[in-house]
Amino acid sequence: MKATKEEIVSKLRQDMLRWEGFRPPKPGADNDLGLGPVAAAFPDGVFPTGAIHEFISSKPESTAATGGFIAGLVQKLLLSGGACLWISYTRRLYPPALKLFGVDPDRVIFIDVPLQKDVLWVTEEALKCEGVATVICETKDLSFMESQRLQLAVEKSHVTGFVLRKDVKKVNTTACITRWQISPVRSQLRTGMPGVGHPRWQVELVKVRNGKPGNWIIEWKKQSFQTIIAPRIIEPARRYA
Amino acid sequence: MPKRFASIWFRRLLTDQKAIRQPELKGKAYVFAEPDHGRMLITALTDEARKFGVTEGMTVADARIIAPDLQVFDGIPGRNLKLLTGLAEWCLRYTPYVQLDPPDGLLLDVTGCTHLKGGEKAYLQEIVSRLKAAGYHIRPAIADTIGSAWGVARFATSGLIVPEGAHRNALMPLPPSALRLPADLLIKLRNLGLHQISSFIYMPDSVLRRRFGKNMVLRLKQALGQEAEYLFPLKEPVPYTEQLACLEPIKTRPAIEIALNDLLERLCKRLYGEGLGLRSVLFSWYRIDGKNGNIKIGTNHSSNRVPHLFKLFFIKMDTVAPGMGIELFVLDALKTEPVSDKQSEIWTLKGGADNEEVAELLDRVAGRIGSAYIQRYLPGEHYWPERTPKPDPDIKKAPESEWRTDKPRPMQILDQPEPIETMALTPDYAPKLFIWKGEQHLIVGADGPERIEREWWDDPGEHRDYYIVEDEAGSRYWLFRSGHYNAENNQHWYLHGFFA
Repeated sequence: MKATKEEIVSKLRQDMLRWEGFRPPKPGADNDLGLGPVAAAFPDGVFPTGAIHEFISSKPESTAATGGFIAGLVQKLLLSGGACLWISYTRRLYPPALKLFGVDPDRVIFIDVPLQKDVLWVTEEALKCEGVATVICETKDLSFMESQRLQLAVEKSHVTGFVLRKDVKKVNTTACITRWQISPVRSQLRTGMPGVGHPRWQVELVKVRNGKPGNWIIEWKKQSFQTIIAPRIIEPARRYA
Repeated sequence: MPKRFASIWFRRLLTDQKAIRQPELKGKAYVFAEPDHGRMLITALTDEARKFGVTEGMTVADARIIAPDLQVFDGIPGRNLKLLTGLAEWCLRYTPYVQLDPPDGLLLDVTGCTHLKGGEKAYLQEIVSRLKAAGYHIRPAIADTIGSAWGVARFATSGLIVPEGAHRNALMPLPPSALRLPADLLIKLRNLGLHQISSFIYMPDSVLRRRFGKNMVLRLKQALGQEAEYLFPLKEPVPYTEQLACLEPIKTRPAIEIALNDLLERLCKRLYGEGLGLRSVLFSWYRIDGKNGNIKIGTNHSSNRVPHLFKLFFIKMDTVAPGMGIELFVLDALKTEPVSDKQSEIWTLKGGADNEEVAELLDRVAGRIGSAYIQRYLPGEHYWPERTPKPDPDIKKAPESEWRTDKPRPMQILDQPEPIETMALTPDYAPKLFIWKGEQHLIVGADGPERIEREWWDDPGEHRDYYIVEDEAGSRYWLFRSGHYNAENNQHWYLHGFFA
């Protein structure tokens, strides 16, 4: 009788995940985005595609680092085809740099929206479109209701959305499935070598729905993510919704 | 198919229009006058004024003596042309070929149009009754040639619809002025006692030409259909067009949307049958008060999918102002192109960037924010950082060369390099520290210099020596020194970008 009870509980957990908009990956689909140990923090141990991910940056240096991290993820998402849209109000992204992260800059369609209020409209339209593989939206503010709309749009279309929030003064609650904070850290070369090494970031998974938030140091080397030290889980007992 | 032409003569175009604008003038004697050699000459007048004996060309002073209650308004030169253009646009619903016939008429090519209203009689009846209801006094006629229709409309008392082939007989009893001849020729004909066309129609051409000149023969032949005459249409007719006339004026948004959807479905069905798709569409509406407007949309690739085209119009639907009500909608296909009839790939969920759904998405975005803001970059073969990504609006174009990966490039770049204060060893060492926006960054690692020369054939100026530097916090920057060191100029270090 006890085994049945456990079965029921685990089934209910699975159901709740589904009701909350999380879908288990399709069998055969390769959802491994090369994040290595970081993937353990996500529900079921896979990076949730078809969801909205929020990235917070407070200064241009960390915006650049976030851009690099997103580009590394996008590289894998584009392998199965589809378009990539980069929507922004004031764009500083330098397209040739994407190539260093494995993304062909000519596959990315940049939409430089002239009015800030149109950014989220364009993003929502793009997220609803099933021919799009991923949408990156650079914006400043994202209210809870706006994030809910974006989340509802992707639940139907399975598009993966990245919201890069620049110069955020006050962090508010959103309906996004994860919240990341990425900042550059000192790169390391072999001892005694001068110069600047590979891009290295402090990747902080501040919030993840049904997962365990964490903090890693990741380096971009040989066209893939390399985790430098073992993941250190903060407060494993606490669950963020 | 024999050609049929209609001529509509607005007997008192200017005065009728005045009475429509100011209904209290109806049935009053009033005239329009224009200055000429220091006096006011009457240019247009009502029937009531004519009863007093006032005629066109009379001075206002004379007319006031015979008709003391005469009201005089200032005539505006060119007003009749403006009114005729408006009326001609209104007539486009009856035929695509409408020509202005100054000073006071319209010519319509009605070949193949009359059966739509149930025959020529009903066709003419509808035009007449609607224009009369608006308040115009008109005289229409339909005949085989432009010349005969013109003459019959103005001078015949009955038989305004001349049957096919009967225009010669219809012209016989009419005065010579029905042939659109100049005044001096008409005086000559009257002096000779030729009061009817029948009195000279049988004369040989050579005699007429010697006596009255080439123009007279040409006009006669044109009226008889022996010489070709063409209409110059007001608007170039488009090959694919659909229109929807409403029984009752339409005012509400759902009704306008239904009308648009209906038109799109009809047009797309036709195009689909011919393997064509739309690239540019114009949706115009005509209001009952004579005003009109239109919305134009364009697509990235030819499409005949109604829901997509409807969505593009829907974005701009707010600009439709129905006012008192809309009576006619017209949908013109301005540009069509063969549509690629490849089947949508069902099994591969996501195609390339050029697939239909993405193209439709970009159409919608372009409709809202403008297509100039949608950008894609191809590798430009330049070393100069600002020119390395080459903007190209064509979504489908494949890059001609590879993107370079041998040199590191920053993730974020500043549009304008920002000047910074640095402390650096000469001649070509990376800075030891730099100050940007009042914040001091101590540099712990640096790569460089990478010298990039200016493209001297494009712009003159100094070269740049780029350094990749990393500060204590781990932030990586792209700095450059502009030109060489020299004694008088020390402000030449700039911050250009941020590395990931």
